[in-house]
Amino acid sequence: MTDTPLHLIRNFSIIAHIDHGKSTLADRLIQTTGTVAARDMKEQLLDNMEIERERGITIKAQTVRIDYPAKDGNTYVLNLMDTPGHVDFAYEVSRSLAACEGSLLVVDASQGVEAQTLANVYQAMDANHEIVPVLNKIDLPAAEPDRVKQQIEDVIGLDASDAVMISAKTGLNIEGVLEAIVTRLPPPTGDASKTLTALLVDSWYDAYLGVVVLVRVRDGHLKKGMKVRMMSNGATHTVEQVGVFRPKMVQVEALGPGEMGYITAAIKTVADTNVGDTVTDERNPATVALPGFKPSIPVVWCGLYPVDADDFEKLRESLGKLRLNDSSFHFEAEHSAALGMGYRCGFLGLLHLEIVQERLSREFDLDLIATAPSVVYKIRRTNGTLEELHNPADMPDPSLIEEIEEPWIKATIMVPDEYLGSILTLCSERRGQQVELTYVGSRAMAVYRLPLNEVVFDFYDRLKSVSRGYASFDYSIDGYEAGDLVKIGILVNAEPVDALSFMAHRSQADRRGRSICEKLKELIPRQLFKIPIQAAIGGRVIARETISAMSKDVTAKCYGGDISRKRKLLDKQKEGKKRMRQFGKVEIPQSAFIAALKMDA
Amino acid sequence: MAGMVEPLALYIHWPFCLSKCPYCDFNSHVRERIDQGRFAAALLAELRFEAERVGRRPLASIFFGGGTPSLMAPETAAALIAEAFALFDPLPGCEVTLEANPTSVEAAKLREFRAAGVNRLSLGVQSLDAAALAFLGRRHSAGEAVAALETGREIFPRLSFDLIYARPGQAEAAWRAEVRQALTLAADHLSLYQLTIEPGTKFATEHARGAFALPGDDEAAALYAATVEEAAGFGLAPYEVSNYAQPGAESRHNLAYWRYGDYLGIGPGAHQRLLLGGEMLAFRRHRAPEEWAGLVEAQGHGVTGCETLTPQDRAREALLMGLRLAEGVDPARVAVRAGMPMAAALDGEMVRACEEAGYLEWQGGRLCATAEGRMRLDAMLPRILR
Repeated sequence: MTDTPLHLIRNFSIIAHIDHGKSTLADRLIQTTGTVAARDMKEQLLDNMEIERERGITIKAQTVRIDYPAKDGNTYVLNLMDTPGHVDFAYEVSRSLAACEGSLLVVDASQGVEAQTLANVYQAMDANHEIVPVLNKIDLPAAEPDRVKQQIEDVIGLDASDAVMISAKTGLNIEGVLEAIVTRLPPPTGDASKTLTALLVDSWYDAYLGVVVLVRVRDGHLKKGMKVRMMSNGATHTVEQVGVFRPKMVQVEALGPGEMGYITAAIKTVADTNVGDTVTDERNPATVALPGFKPSIPVVWCGLYPVDADDFEKLRESLGKLRLNDSSFHFEAEHSAALGMGYRCGFLGLLHLEIVQERLSREFDLDLIATAPSVVYKIRRTNGTLEELHNPADMPDPSLIEEIEEPWIKATIMVPDEYLGSILTLCSERRGQQVELTYVGSRAMAVYRLPLNEVVFDFYDRLKSVSRGYASFDYSIDGYEAGDLVKIGILVNAEPVDALSFMAHRSQADRRGRSICEKLKELIPRQLFKIPIQAAIGGRVIARETISAMSKDVTAKCYGGDISRKRKLLDKQKEGKKRMRQFGKVEIPQSAFIAALKMDA
Repeated sequence: MAGMVEPLALYIHWPFCLSKCPYCDFNSHVRERIDQGRFAAALLAELRFEAERVGRRPLASIFFGGGTPSLMAPETAAALIAEAFALFDPLPGCEVTLEANPTSVEAAKLREFRAAGVNRLSLGVQSLDAAALAFLGRRHSAGEAVAALETGREIFPRLSFDLIYARPGQAEAAWRAEVRQALTLAADHLSLYQLTIEPGTKFATEHARGAFALPGDDEAAALYAATVEEAAGFGLAPYEVSNYAQPGAESRHNLAYWRYGDYLGIGPGAHQRLLLGGEMLAFRRHRAPEEWAGLVEAQGHGVTGCETLTPQDRAREALLMGLRLAEGVDPARVAVRAGMPMAAALDGEMVRACEEAGYLEWQGGRLCATAEGRMRLDAMLPRILR
């Protein structure tokens, strides 16, 4: 089952917006070809993680090898590459696409093309893919296949006249999809006689096997027992297992040119296996690596703190375990006066942040506080040095700063016409620069350049709310630019609360400062003393609220029979104070901080 | 103060009521029949037992509380007062207070209680508004309350009564009118309580269910301020959080609690604090009337637990009680009663912060909660106590 002739191999991926039916179609392809016995079928076969299943998103790339006896009498090996479907994992997506020669573009026949579909389809085009449009859910009454076909042609510029019409749910015309893969997508190319080069598509940690590495062989052979070298870091490993996914792991002797599969090589952590790297033969290494390798760089950072300080050690261990399987996320210890010991963690994007946070609470049973996410700023000091800033609390004194640069993104937003006005207002409020505005039927497509910082701060929620959920949004990182940026510090009772400080553009500073002061005023319960809450840039206060002192709190009746009870209550109250954060004579319940940070995230 | 013999305050608990009021979490019980003889005998027996324990001491006050002690046979009160006067040395003008409800039945017995030696009456009026009385589950009418007050003033040299305010939906103007009416009927003392929902009461269940809502803190604070203002207009000053009196007419018995003096408490569930041989003893008694009586019959007393309080606990108790009083606390007295210096029980920095905020002040060497401070005492105590 290895050394399949190149012309009988098809490597393909599926591009689809969330809910447009990618996973269902994958399930059907696997099922129809008998790759998985009927009794072993479950929904979304390829999505391993609980979170992936629940949210219908794929985080790790996966493949499944399908044997398909086609109408032409040949049996083809079809390798379906399931790619992460979110912009946070854009680089991972590009590597998965680089491992394939073609894509199925799955579009919901009633919903049409969404922003996310667009971004991914452009990526597939960049990877020189042949693309076969597939219209899904054509059995639904709301399906408008002709309109959607037209949209595909107008927006993407793809000929959709031969689009395959299916219903993945009911299994309608799955055969048509399989035939289109065989007849319309090109076979891979490669040379079995050359030395080994294989693209490292993805990797994950398995408790029994160590790191499992997903590869696509370009030239040569990948065999059990051979010594391989990772070209990005020179590390060598002895291959223990070679295999393919059906979708369970099945061992094979070797993988030849054009084939996809996995290797294991007693690798301890995924940090040693970089996505996009080239795997070659240690004894006869290739001189040129496959193109496109980039180390992963976090773009969004936030602090993660255990709600219960005693869980710090557990958090450290859990982050370590998570990193075994996700080298794209970074963490370093930090200390906050308000929240205690915790970690500053770097993520590929907001979804990545959310997923890691959720996994920590779900798989490791940790109760966490996350500080407001912050992007990575570049700070040029007056002495000429350049440094990256991951945490606003670490910002140097403004007098030492020559210039602050912030990351920008290019965002594509698709929205029904009636909500376009609010979307444009939102974008300009967030310092957006319009790049393009086009109409596709009744939907508008706005392309904006936006500072990433403005997107990190509740942009997505606002986008959804002003468009009643109809806007779809995607972005790619679009370089750094100097901006008039300031650090806004929050003072509670005249003491700075490091965990609440954040960066903002000077034009937004007053509004943001006021908004967080107002929120805190609502969230911090009234106390014995009045508490001033201030937002300040350096020493200049830009917003101020005061939580007035509680007006009355005294037991009405207290006589000889009440004294023991009152004393015991007092002891309890003193115990409860230990869960409070002290700000001079003011104590703030941790719950208020958590709520403030949650509202901001 | 050191070296002087601490006079005693004697509390006698009568645990029975005709019905349980929905706001009340006191140790009170409703019985179809009450064996008056048995409880009279048990109370007397326990009084003798405690007298044996503390020895002969000056007696400053007796307080019949409950429950509804006016449901007690007047001769029982008479016997208990006579026994207490025999076992201890009553101080001149020894205050003898009886709590009573203003139903006509009870009002009819008032003269007999006066004859038994009661010289101060405390009437549970609670409200002068018919709807409020119904809400509070009271068995008397506003008319009966006014009649009982008038009778009480004729019969007793001293008289006080209770009202409950900050009731659901109570407007400040209405409360001002009600308290003003009350003040015209008052003698020299009033207890004006903010309605509080106590756990385990009928109100607690109803309130949790959302059957009614109480005024918020700001409204309660405004009602309190209105109360103080109205009382002042009639010459009554708030000498304690909820108690108002003309100078010299303060409840001597209750002052003993707030000044953290020695007090005996007899009867079911009664509490007791005694400084004996340098140790502060806190006694608990069985709360169920019949079980308590059984214990007294078997062993002479109904005590089910006695705790020796640490100096820290004593200081906390002295301060949590003392700061309720306008007169505040005398550090020297707290030191004697607590067995440790008052300053060591306090967080000096927080005390200063409270002084700055206008919640605490020093007056002639005494630490006092200001009017503003007393209104926030429960929030202040856990902060200033170490």
